[in-house]
Amino acid sequence: MISLANPTRFLELVRIVLPWLTGLTVILFAVGLYLSFFVAPPDYQQGETVKIMFIHVPSAWLAMMAYTVIAIAALGSLIWRHPLADVAGKTAAPIGATFTFLALITGSLWGKPMWGTYWVWDARLTSMLVLFLLYLGLIALWEAIDEPSRAGKAAAILALVGFVNVPIIKFSVDWWNTLHQPASVFRMGGSTIDPSLLAPLFVMAGAFTCLFLLLHFLAMRAEILRRRVGALQQIEAQRAAA
Amino acid sequence: MTRKQRRTVLIGTAMAVLSVAVGLVLFALSDSIVFFYSPSEVMAKEMAPGQRFRLGGLVEDGSVERSQGTTVHFVVTDMSKELPVSYTGVLPDLFREGQGVVAEGALGPDGVFHADNVLAKHDEKYMPPEVAAKLKQQGVWEGASGETGAGAESKVN
Repeated sequence: MISLANPTRFLELVRIVLPWLTGLTVILFAVGLYLSFFVAPPDYQQGETVKIMFIHVPSAWLAMMAYTVIAIAALGSLIWRHPLADVAGKTAAPIGATFTFLALITGSLWGKPMWGTYWVWDARLTSMLVLFLLYLGLIALWEAIDEPSRAGKAAAILALVGFVNVPIIKFSVDWWNTLHQPASVFRMGGSTIDPSLLAPLFVMAGAFTCLFLLLHFLAMRAEILRRRVGALQQIEAQRAAA
Repeated sequence: MTRKQRRTVLIGTAMAVLSVAVGLVLFALSDSIVFFYSPSEVMAKEMAPGQRFRLGGLVEDGSVERSQGTTVHFVVTDMSKELPVSYTGVLPDLFREGQGVVAEGALGPDGVFHADNVLAKHDEKYMPPEVAAKLKQQGVWEGASGETGAGAESKVN
Protein backbone atom coordinates (compact mmCIF):
# COMPACT_ATOMS: atom_id res chain seq x y z
CA MET A 1 0.00 0.00 0.00
CA ILE A 2 2.70 2.46 1.06
CA SER A 3 4.90 1.70 -1.94
CA LEU A 4 1.87 2.14 -4.22
CA ALA A 5 1.28 5.59 -2.75
CA ASN A 6 3.98 6.87 -5.07
CA PRO A 7 2.37 8.61 -8.07
CA THR A 8 4.82 7.10 -10.59
CA ARG A 9 4.28 3.56 -9.27
CA PHE A 10 0.54 4.20 -9.22
CA LEU A 11 0.56 5.26 -12.90
CA GLU A 12 2.47 2.09 -13.75
CA LEU A 13 -0.09 -0.01 -11.85
CA VAL A 14 -2.97 1.70 -13.65
CA ARG A 15 -1.31 1.01 -17.00
CA ILE A 16 -1.15 -2.74 -16.22
CA VAL A 17 -4.59 -3.09 -14.56
CA LEU A 18 -6.63 -0.89 -16.91
CA PRO A 19 -7.23 -3.34 -19.82
CA TRP A 20 -8.19 -6.16 -17.44
CA LEU A 21 -10.47 -3.95 -15.38
CA THR A 22 -12.14 -2.59 -18.52
CA GLY A 23 -12.77 -6.13 -19.79
CA LEU A 24 -14.13 -7.29 -16.43
CA THR A 25 -16.47 -4.27 -16.20
CA VAL A 26 -17.88 -4.88 -19.69
CA ILE A 27 -18.39 -8.62 -19.06
CA LEU A 28 -20.04 -8.07 -15.66
CA PHE A 29 -22.38 -5.44 -17.09
CA ALA A 30 -23.29 -7.67 -20.05
CA VAL A 31 -24.03 -10.65 -17.78
CA GLY A 32 -25.72 -8.52 -15.13
CA LEU A 33 -28.01 -6.68 -17.53
CA TYR A 34 -28.90 -9.94 -19.32
CA LEU A 35 -29.77 -11.62 -16.02
CA SER A 36 -31.72 -8.55 -14.85
CA PHE A 37 -33.83 -8.11 -17.95
CA PHE A 38 -34.21 -11.62 -19.40
CA VAL A 39 -33.70 -14.12 -16.57
CA ALA A 40 -34.84 -12.52 -13.30
CA PRO A 41 -38.51 -13.27 -12.51
CA PRO A 42 -41.03 -10.52 -11.68
CA ASP A 43 -41.70 -9.88 -7.98
CA TYR A 44 -44.97 -11.17 -6.49
CA GLN A 45 -45.96 -7.65 -5.38
CA GLN A 46 -44.05 -5.22 -7.59
CA GLY A 47 -44.19 -7.12 -10.89
CA GLU A 48 -41.56 -5.95 -13.36
CA THR A 49 -40.96 -2.74 -11.39
CA VAL A 50 -38.58 -4.82 -9.25
CA LYS A 51 -36.01 -4.44 -12.06
CA ILE A 52 -35.33 -0.88 -10.91
CA MET A 53 -33.70 -2.49 -7.86
CA PHE A 54 -30.87 -3.85 -10.05
CA ILE A 55 -29.76 -0.28 -10.76
CA HIS A 56 -30.98 1.46 -7.60
CA VAL A 57 -29.40 -0.76 -4.95
CA PRO A 58 -25.88 -1.01 -6.49
CA SER A 59 -25.95 2.79 -7.09
CA ALA A 60 -26.80 3.40 -3.45
CA TRP A 61 -24.10 1.00 -2.23
CA LEU A 62 -21.49 2.62 -4.46
CA ALA A 63 -22.63 6.09 -3.37
CA MET A 64 -21.74 5.13 0.21
CA MET A 65 -18.59 3.23 -0.78
CA ALA A 66 -17.25 6.19 -2.77
CA TYR A 67 -17.77 8.42 0.28
CA THR A 68 -15.96 5.87 2.45
CA VAL A 69 -13.05 5.95 -0.02
CA ILE A 70 -13.03 9.76 0.25
CA ALA A 71 -13.03 9.57 4.08
CA ILE A 72 -10.10 7.12 4.09
CA ALA A 73 -8.26 9.34 1.59
CA ALA A 74 -8.98 12.31 3.89
CA LEU A 75 -7.18 10.49 6.72
CA GLY A 76 -4.28 9.95 4.33
CA SER A 77 -4.21 13.66 3.49
CA LEU A 78 -4.50 14.94 7.05
CA ILE A 79 -2.23 12.45 8.85
CA TRP A 80 0.36 11.50 6.24
CA ARG A 81 0.01 14.65 4.10
CA HIS A 82 0.23 12.45 1.05
CA PRO A 83 -0.51 14.13 -2.31
CA LEU A 84 -1.89 10.88 -3.81
CA ALA A 85 -4.52 10.78 -1.05
CA ASP A 86 -5.62 14.29 -2.09
CA VAL A 87 -5.88 13.09 -5.68
CA ALA A 88 -7.90 10.01 -4.66
CA GLY A 89 -10.32 12.08 -2.57
CA LYS A 90 -10.79 14.82 -5.11
CA THR A 91 -11.48 12.49 -8.04
CA ALA A 92 -13.88 10.18 -6.16
CA ALA A 93 -16.29 13.03 -5.34
CA PRO A 94 -17.88 13.58 -8.80
CA ILE A 95 -18.18 9.80 -9.31
CA GLY A 96 -19.84 9.36 -5.92
CA ALA A 97 -22.15 12.28 -6.61
CA THR A 98 -23.25 10.62 -9.86
CA PHE A 99 -24.02 7.31 -8.14
CA THR A 100 -25.96 9.15 -5.43
CA PHE A 101 -27.94 11.03 -8.07
CA LEU A 102 -28.71 7.74 -9.86
CA ALA A 103 -29.90 6.16 -6.60
CA LEU A 104 -32.14 9.17 -5.83
CA ILE A 105 -33.65 9.29 -9.34
CA THR A 106 -34.23 5.54 -9.71
CA GLY A 107 -35.67 5.40 -6.20
CA SER A 108 -38.03 8.25 -7.05
CA LEU A 109 -39.17 6.49 -10.24
CA TRP A 110 -39.81 3.32 -8.20
CA GLY A 111 -41.57 5.23 -5.44
CA LYS A 112 -44.28 6.72 -7.65
CA PRO A 113 -45.86 3.42 -8.78
CA MET A 114 -45.12 1.51 -5.54
CA TRP A 115 -45.59 4.00 -2.68
CA GLY A 116 -47.73 6.47 -4.59
CA THR A 117 -45.25 9.36 -4.31
CA TYR A 118 -41.97 10.46 -5.91
CA TRP A 119 -40.52 11.82 -2.70
CA VAL A 120 -41.11 11.92 1.05
CA TRP A 121 -38.96 13.43 3.78
CA ASP A 122 -38.29 10.21 5.66
CA ALA A 123 -34.95 9.50 7.33
CA ARG A 124 -33.49 7.29 4.55
CA LEU A 125 -34.39 9.59 1.66
CA THR A 126 -33.33 12.73 3.50
CA SER A 127 -29.97 11.31 4.64
CA MET A 128 -29.30 10.21 1.05
CA LEU A 129 -30.06 13.74 -0.17
CA VAL A 130 -27.65 15.06 2.48
CA LEU A 131 -24.99 12.72 1.04
CA PHE A 132 -25.59 14.21 -2.41
CA LEU A 133 -25.25 17.75 -1.01
CA LEU A 134 -22.03 16.75 0.79
CA TYR A 135 -20.61 15.55 -2.52
CA LEU A 136 -21.58 18.85 -4.16
CA GLY A 137 -19.98 20.70 -1.24
CA LEU A 138 -16.72 18.77 -1.66
CA ILE A 139 -16.65 19.47 -5.41
CA ALA A 140 -17.37 23.17 -4.79
CA LEU A 141 -14.63 23.37 -2.15
CA TRP A 142 -12.04 21.91 -4.53
CA GLU A 143 -13.11 24.41 -7.18
CA ALA A 144 -13.15 27.38 -4.80
CA ILE A 145 -9.58 27.11 -3.47
CA ASP A 146 -6.84 27.46 -6.08
CA GLU A 147 -3.89 26.05 -4.19
CA PRO A 148 -4.19 22.22 -4.25
CA SER A 149 -2.64 21.56 -0.82
CA ARG A 150 -4.95 24.04 0.95
CA ALA A 151 -7.98 22.83 -1.00
CA GLY A 152 -7.03 19.25 -0.09
CA LYS A 153 -6.87 20.04 3.61
CA ALA A 154 -10.22 21.86 3.66
CA ALA A 155 -11.92 19.15 1.61
CA ALA A 156 -10.45 16.41 3.84
CA ILE A 157 -11.89 18.04 6.97
CA LEU A 158 -15.32 18.43 5.34
CA ALA A 159 -15.14 14.81 4.12
CA LEU A 160 -14.43 13.50 7.64
CA VAL A 161 -17.15 15.63 9.23
CA GLY A 162 -19.63 14.42 6.60
CA PHE A 163 -18.67 10.79 7.17
CA VAL A 164 -20.98 10.62 10.22
CA ASN A 165 -23.81 10.63 7.65
CA VAL A 166 -22.79 7.25 6.19
CA PRO A 167 -23.80 5.10 9.20
CA ILE A 168 -26.92 7.28 9.53
CA ILE A 169 -27.92 6.35 5.95
CA LYS A 170 -27.30 2.66 6.60
CA PHE A 171 -29.16 2.45 9.92
CA SER A 172 -31.84 5.13 9.29
CA VAL A 173 -34.34 2.39 8.43
CA ASP A 174 -33.66 0.61 11.76
CA TRP A 175 -33.49 3.63 14.07
CA TRP A 176 -36.62 5.42 12.88
CA ASN A 177 -39.92 4.59 11.16
CA THR A 178 -39.38 5.26 7.49
CA LEU A 179 -41.39 4.81 4.33
CA HIS A 180 -38.31 3.20 2.80
CA GLN A 181 -38.19 -0.56 3.42
CA PRO A 182 -35.65 -1.96 5.90
CA ALA A 183 -32.42 -3.62 4.77
CA SER A 184 -32.98 -6.68 2.56
CA VAL A 185 -29.47 -7.97 1.90
CA PHE A 186 -26.99 -7.08 4.65
CA ARG A 187 -29.11 -7.68 7.73
CA MET A 188 -29.25 -9.94 10.78
CA GLY A 189 -30.81 -13.30 9.85
CA GLY A 190 -29.74 -13.21 6.21
CA SER A 191 -31.16 -11.81 3.00
CA THR A 192 -34.92 -11.57 2.43
CA ILE A 193 -34.52 -11.50 -1.35
CA ASP A 194 -35.20 -14.73 -3.23
CA PRO A 195 -31.99 -16.22 -4.77
CA SER A 196 -33.46 -15.79 -8.28
CA LEU A 197 -33.55 -12.01 -7.71
CA LEU A 198 -30.44 -11.83 -5.51
CA ALA A 199 -28.06 -13.35 -8.09
CA PRO A 200 -28.60 -10.63 -10.74
CA LEU A 201 -28.35 -8.01 -7.99
CA PHE A 202 -24.92 -9.27 -6.91
CA VAL A 203 -23.63 -9.43 -10.49
CA MET A 204 -24.82 -5.84 -11.03
CA ALA A 205 -23.20 -4.79 -7.74
CA GLY A 206 -19.93 -6.34 -8.97
CA ALA A 207 -20.28 -4.51 -12.28
CA PHE A 208 -20.93 -1.18 -10.53
CA THR A 209 -17.93 -1.73 -8.23
CA CYS A 210 -15.65 -2.41 -11.21
CA LEU A 211 -17.07 0.62 -13.00
CA PHE A 212 -16.31 2.78 -9.97
CA LEU A 213 -12.72 1.47 -9.75
CA LEU A 214 -12.25 1.98 -13.49
CA LEU A 215 -13.58 5.56 -13.46
CA HIS A 216 -11.65 6.37 -10.29
CA PHE A 217 -8.35 5.07 -11.69
CA LEU A 218 -8.86 7.01 -14.92
CA ALA A 219 -9.76 10.19 -13.06
CA MET A 220 -6.80 9.80 -10.69
CA ARG A 221 -4.43 9.30 -13.63
CA ALA A 222 -5.81 12.40 -15.34
CA GLU A 223 -5.45 14.43 -12.12
CA ILE A 224 -1.83 13.30 -11.53
CA LEU A 225 -0.93 14.22 -15.11
CA ARG A 226 -2.78 17.54 -14.81
CA ARG A 227 -0.76 18.40 -11.70
CA ARG A 228 2.48 17.48 -13.46
CA VAL A 229 1.58 19.70 -16.40
CA GLY A 230 0.74 22.51 -13.96
CA ALA A 231 4.09 22.10 -12.19
CA LEU A 232 5.99 22.09 -15.51
CA GLN A 233 4.15 25.21 -16.68
CA GLN A 234 5.09 26.95 -13.43
CA ILE A 235 8.77 26.06 -13.85
CA GLU A 236 8.61 27.25 -17.46
CA ALA A 237 7.03 30.55 -16.42
CA GLN A 238 9.66 31.12 -13.73
CA ARG A 239 12.43 30.38 -16.23
CA ALA A 240 10.96 32.83 -18.74
CA ALA A 241 10.69 35.53 -16.06
CA ALA A 242 14.32 35.05 -14.92
CA MET B 1 4.64 11.48 20.30
CA THR B 2 5.46 12.12 16.70
CA ARG B 3 3.50 14.69 14.72
CA LYS B 4 1.69 11.93 12.83
CA GLN B 5 0.55 10.33 16.08
CA ARG B 6 -0.55 13.70 17.43
CA ARG B 7 -2.61 14.36 14.31
CA THR B 8 -4.14 10.87 14.52
CA VAL B 9 -5.19 11.41 18.13
CA LEU B 10 -6.57 14.87 17.30
CA ILE B 11 -8.65 13.57 14.38
CA GLY B 12 -9.81 10.54 16.39
CA THR B 13 -10.93 12.74 19.28
CA ALA B 14 -12.67 15.23 16.99
CA MET B 15 -14.53 12.43 15.20
CA ALA B 16 -15.58 10.84 18.50
CA VAL B 17 -16.89 14.16 19.88
CA LEU B 18 -18.68 14.90 16.61
CA SER B 19 -20.30 11.44 16.53
CA VAL B 20 -21.53 11.80 20.10
CA ALA B 21 -22.90 15.29 19.36
CA VAL B 22 -24.72 14.17 16.22
CA GLY B 23 -25.97 11.07 18.04
CA LEU B 24 -27.43 13.19 20.86
CA VAL B 25 -29.09 15.59 18.41
CA LEU B 26 -30.65 12.73 16.45
CA PHE B 27 -31.78 11.05 19.65
CA ALA B 28 -33.36 14.27 20.88
CA LEU B 29 -35.11 14.78 17.56
CA SER B 30 -36.15 11.16 17.09
CA ASP B 31 -39.77 12.06 17.72
CA SER B 32 -39.83 14.30 14.65
CA ILE B 33 -37.50 12.18 12.52
CA VAL B 34 -39.90 9.23 12.55
CA PHE B 35 -42.01 9.25 9.42
CA PHE B 36 -45.17 7.95 11.07
CA TYR B 37 -46.68 6.85 14.38
CA SER B 38 -48.11 3.39 15.00
CA PRO B 39 -51.64 3.04 16.46
CA SER B 40 -50.11 2.23 19.90
CA GLU B 41 -48.07 5.43 19.82
CA VAL B 42 -51.09 7.45 18.75
CA MET B 43 -53.08 6.07 21.72
CA ALA B 44 -50.18 6.68 24.12
CA LYS B 45 -49.68 10.26 22.89
CA GLU B 46 -53.42 11.03 23.08
CA MET B 47 -53.36 13.02 19.86
CA ALA B 48 -55.89 15.85 19.83
CA PRO B 49 -58.60 15.71 17.16
CA GLY B 50 -57.61 17.84 14.18
CA GLN B 51 -53.86 17.57 14.86
CA ARG B 52 -52.15 16.38 11.69
CA PHE B 53 -49.77 13.41 11.75
CA ARG B 54 -48.95 10.27 9.78
CA LEU B 55 -50.32 6.93 10.89
CA GLY B 56 -48.48 3.76 9.86
CA GLY B 57 -49.09 0.05 10.27
CA LEU B 58 -50.59 -2.92 8.50
CA VAL B 59 -53.98 -2.88 6.80
CA GLU B 60 -55.92 -5.40 8.88
CA ASP B 61 -57.06 -8.47 6.96
CA GLY B 62 -60.72 -8.25 5.94
CA SER B 63 -61.11 -4.67 7.15
CA VAL B 64 -61.26 -2.88 3.77
CA GLU B 65 -64.76 -1.61 2.97
CA ARG B 66 -65.54 0.45 -0.08
CA SER B 67 -68.57 2.69 0.23
CA GLN B 68 -70.06 5.10 -2.33
CA GLY B 69 -67.65 6.87 -4.69
CA THR B 70 -63.98 6.48 -3.92
CA THR B 71 -64.36 6.50 -0.15
CA VAL B 72 -62.63 3.58 1.55
CA HIS B 73 -62.72 2.49 5.17
CA PHE B 74 -60.04 0.24 6.62
CA VAL B 75 -58.33 -0.53 9.92
CA VAL B 76 -54.62 0.06 10.55
CA THR B 77 -53.05 -2.26 13.12
CA ASP B 78 -49.63 -2.73 14.68
CA MET B 79 -50.66 -6.13 16.09
CA SER B 80 -51.45 -4.70 19.51
CA LYS B 81 -53.69 -1.66 18.89
CA GLU B 82 -55.77 -0.70 15.88
CA LEU B 83 -57.28 2.48 14.49
CA PRO B 84 -60.09 2.87 11.92
CA VAL B 85 -59.25 5.02 8.89
CA SER B 86 -61.45 6.62 6.26
CA TYR B 87 -60.04 7.94 3.01
CA THR B 88 -61.48 9.42 -0.16
CA GLY B 89 -59.29 9.21 -3.22
CA VAL B 90 -57.20 6.91 -5.34
CA LEU B 91 -55.22 4.25 -3.46
CA PRO B 92 -51.70 3.28 -4.59
CA ASP B 93 -51.32 -0.01 -6.49
CA LEU B 94 -49.57 -1.73 -3.63
CA PHE B 95 -52.38 -1.02 -1.14
CA ARG B 96 -53.40 -4.48 0.06
CA GLU B 97 -54.81 -6.15 3.13
CA GLY B 98 -52.01 -7.43 5.34
CA GLN B 99 -49.52 -4.98 3.79
CA GLY B 100 -47.93 -1.86 5.23
CA VAL B 101 -49.54 1.54 4.75
CA VAL B 102 -48.86 5.13 5.81
CA ALA B 103 -51.83 7.50 5.99
CA GLU B 104 -51.58 11.28 6.41
CA GLY B 105 -54.39 13.20 8.08
CA ALA B 106 -55.95 13.83 11.48
CA LEU B 107 -58.21 12.14 13.99
CA GLY B 108 -61.85 13.17 13.87
CA PRO B 109 -63.96 13.72 17.00
CA ASP B 110 -65.48 10.30 16.24
CA GLY B 111 -62.12 8.61 16.83
CA VAL B 112 -61.75 7.77 13.13
CA PHE B 113 -58.54 8.82 11.39
CA HIS B 114 -59.50 10.90 8.35
CA ALA B 115 -56.72 10.53 5.80
CA ASP B 116 -56.22 12.86 2.85
CA ASN B 117 -53.19 10.98 1.54
CA VAL B 118 -52.39 7.26 1.63
CA LEU B 119 -49.01 5.76 0.74
CA ALA B 120 -48.28 2.05 0.43
CA LYS B 121 -45.28 0.79 2.31
CA HIS B 122 -43.34 -2.02 0.71
CA ASP B 123 -41.63 -4.58 2.95
CA GLU B 124 -38.10 -5.89 2.47
CA LYS B 125 -39.16 -9.20 0.89
CA TYR B 126 -38.58 -9.80 -2.78
CA MET B 127 -39.58 -13.08 -4.46
CA PRO B 128 -41.14 -14.39 -7.66
CA PRO B 129 -44.92 -15.10 -7.58
CA GLU B 130 -44.38 -18.89 -7.73
CA VAL B 131 -42.27 -18.82 -4.57
CA ALA B 132 -44.89 -16.70 -2.80
CA ALA B 133 -47.63 -19.14 -3.88
CA LYS B 134 -45.59 -22.12 -2.66
CA LEU B 135 -44.90 -20.49 0.73
CA LYS B 136 -48.61 -19.81 1.16
CA GLN B 137 -49.40 -23.41 0.20
CA GLN B 138 -46.93 -24.77 2.74
CA GLY B 139 -48.43 -22.58 5.41
CA VAL B 140 -45.14 -20.90 6.25
CA TRP B 141 -46.27 -17.55 4.86
CA GLU B 142 -45.55 -14.71 7.24
CA GLY B 143 -46.65 -11.82 5.10
CA ALA B 144 -48.71 -10.12 7.79
CA SER B 145 -46.80 -11.37 10.80
CA GLY B 146 -46.12 -7.84 11.98
CA GLU B 147 -42.41 -8.64 12.06
CA THR B 148 -41.97 -7.08 8.65
CA GLY B 149 -44.87 -4.66 8.90
CA ALA B 150 -44.69 -0.92 8.73
CA GLY B 151 -41.94 -0.67 11.29
CA ALA B 152 -44.10 -2.45 13.84
CA GLU B 153 -41.03 -4.00 15.43
CA SER B 154 -39.23 -0.71 15.90
CA LYS B 155 -41.93 0.42 18.31
CA VAL B 156 -40.00 -0.65 21.41
CA ASN B 157 -38.17 2.64 21.75
